[in-house]
Amino acid sequence: MTGTPLLELRNVNKIFGAVHVLHDVNFAVHAGQVTALVGDNGAGKSTLVKTVAGIYAADSGEQYFEGQPVHITSPKAASALGIEVVYQDLALCDNLDIVENMFLGRELKKGIALDESTMEQRARETLASLSVRTVKSVRQGVASLSGGQRQTVAIAKAVLWNSKVVLLDEPTAALGVAQTRQVLDLVRRLADQGLGVVLISHNMNDVFEVADRITALYLGRVAADVATKDVTHGQIVELITAGRSGSLGLAPSAAPA
Amino acid sequence: MSTDTTPTSGLAGSDFASDAHSAAGLREAGRDYLIRLRGGDMGALPATLGLLTLVIGFSLASDTFLTELNIANLITQAGAICVLAMGLVFVLLLGDIDLSAGFTGATGAAVMALMIRDQGLGWPVAVLAGVATGAVIGLVIGLLVAKLGIPSFVVSLAFFLGLQGALLRMIGEGGSVRVDDDFIRGISIDNMSVVAGWSLAGGVVALFALASLLKHRRQVRQNLQHLPLSVVLVKIAGLAVVVLGMTAVLNANRSKNPNFPIEGIPWVLPLVGFLLVFWTYVLTRTTFGRHLYAVGGNKEAARRAGINVDRIRVQAFMIGSSMAAISGIIAASNAGKVSASSGGSNTLLYAVGAAVIGGTSLFGGRGKARDAVIGGLVIATIANGLGLLDQPSYINFVVTGSVLLLAAAVDAVSRRRRSAAGVG
Repeated sequence: MTGTPLLELRNVNKIFGAVHVLHDVNFAVHAGQVTALVGDNGAGKSTLVKTVAGIYAADSGEQYFEGQPVHITSPKAASALGIEVVYQDLALCDNLDIVENMFLGRELKKGIALDESTMEQRARETLASLSVRTVKSVRQGVASLSGGQRQTVAIAKAVLWNSKVVLLDEPTAALGVAQTRQVLDLVRRLADQGLGVVLISHNMNDVFEVADRITALYLGRVAADVATKDVTHGQIVELITAGRSGSLGLAPSAAPA
Repeated sequence: MSTDTTPTSGLAGSDFASDAHSAAGLREAGRDYLIRLRGGDMGALPATLGLLTLVIGFSLASDTFLTELNIANLITQAGAICVLAMGLVFVLLLGDIDLSAGFTGATGAAVMALMIRDQGLGWPVAVLAGVATGAVIGLVIGLLVAKLGIPSFVVSLAFFLGLQGALLRMIGEGGSVRVDDDFIRGISIDNMSVVAGWSLAGGVVALFALASLLKHRRQVRQNLQHLPLSVVLVKIAGLAVVVLGMTAVLNANRSKNPNFPIEGIPWVLPLVGFLLVFWTYVLTRTTFGRHLYAVGGNKEAARRAGINVDRIRVQAFMIGSSMAAISGIIAASNAGKVSASSGGSNTLLYAVGAAVIGGTSLFGGRGKARDAVIGGLVIATIANGLGLLDQPSYINFVVTGSVLLLAAAVDAVSRRRRSAAGVG
């Protein structure tokens, strides 16, 4: 690992009542890399993402963005820094077209009227820069898109705003083989453009295909933060299910049975 | 997808095949339109066809239906329905309903009428007070729906009853307030001069043509998606035929008495036209309009996009109720009075029917201001035509009810086809 991480969390704790959901979590996102966040259900992946996105406030710990200490207290603050989250259920309006969805809530205006020309052009440029060619028209209704195309639009919406960190929550969960291919290619291209990408996934094939680093969570603790090329499929599965794998992972005492 | 005929491969990244050379001409545009229709995106077609059928049917059945006098009469009858329906479109776009809109209108009109009669105020102040009454009612309904989370059906049903009480209290049991202010009465019974009518009609057509052509040129120059020029020209020609044709009919002398000519466009028509243009602009060209569609389409997505969903909902109810008040004032102008039963009976269902017949979905997210006008004309034509045929009034209720049911059925079926075809 070289250089300052784009986004870094140090010793972050999050407690919901009696449940200690995040336990001294250290997490780093580097520019130009895909960091996979893996872990079983309840390991704290969603909580971590929501903390980064500003939906939850961390109870303790430090957050750094481009080396500077920051306090992300609201989703607005997160997007102001350049952090965007693409949620699993996509959050697109079926009755609007692609351009309208990409600019929803942040429409460009000319006087009091919407600036449709600029929005259409910028939407097209963004999709083109991501080499998205599967969409026929940027004025197509979102309802007529396939699952993969919808995912593409949701991701394009996130990068439209010169964001620096994009978190993708299970982007391939509901997709077929060909569509998964498209989305993974897109994830890779995002990182190649210099963005820090966080990929949350249960699918080990996806993770090993696109991720540069893997952070495995186990019961709210970081079990391991490793480069993808240094580990095997089986090791990651063990880290997810048992919190340790050989020399990797949590010390037996730290990992409650 | 059935439109998948254009080759997508071999294009540069910035080329979106169907944007670049959209529909090449009239025939291709026609084919695209047919595909959209089959996919359940019917727009204003059912209502327009229905209107034509009704007009042909009634003109065959009655000699007086197509006379200039009756057409002018029909337009004044349709005015209040169209305006009420236009306001309801905003509420329906959210997937909500306002059952109290009819009585909100009557309440607004009663406030106006009483201010003129009892306080001796001029019509501008009185009208403003009437519309403000509507806005306040909408504000309260909207807050109860958005902030407390009571279903709009229940809130507006409560207001439906409560406002009847308010109306009775203001006007008195069985009584009525006369509206004899010249200006207010004039909305329905006075006409524009022939010259003014022609100038307005010519101006509207010229402005529409200019705006459409400029928009087309800009889209072509900036390589945006655009309609073929031929389609733009057909639209301009279509509007010109309707507007100029209507003007010609209304500018002809329609009086039965040769000594007292009645000619010109009734003032209510340009009023409805202005409201139509204004709200169409708000819905299609402003952030508020865009957010309204977004909230109606997917509330959660709108919220995550940073849209203040509650505020949009409250504003929609306020627009609906303010428009209801304007509609109530037009109705009072037509009747020459406001009575305790104004705004009751079938007023509201006519307006909901008008919006839905015009193509506004009861499920939210789909609808236009023009739906209200086309649908309002259908409803007014049924009421007017059946009246001419001397049918007992129960027939009127049954027919209008059936038409509303038919429109809602078309809405439900086309929604199913849309989700099957995957077109929003």
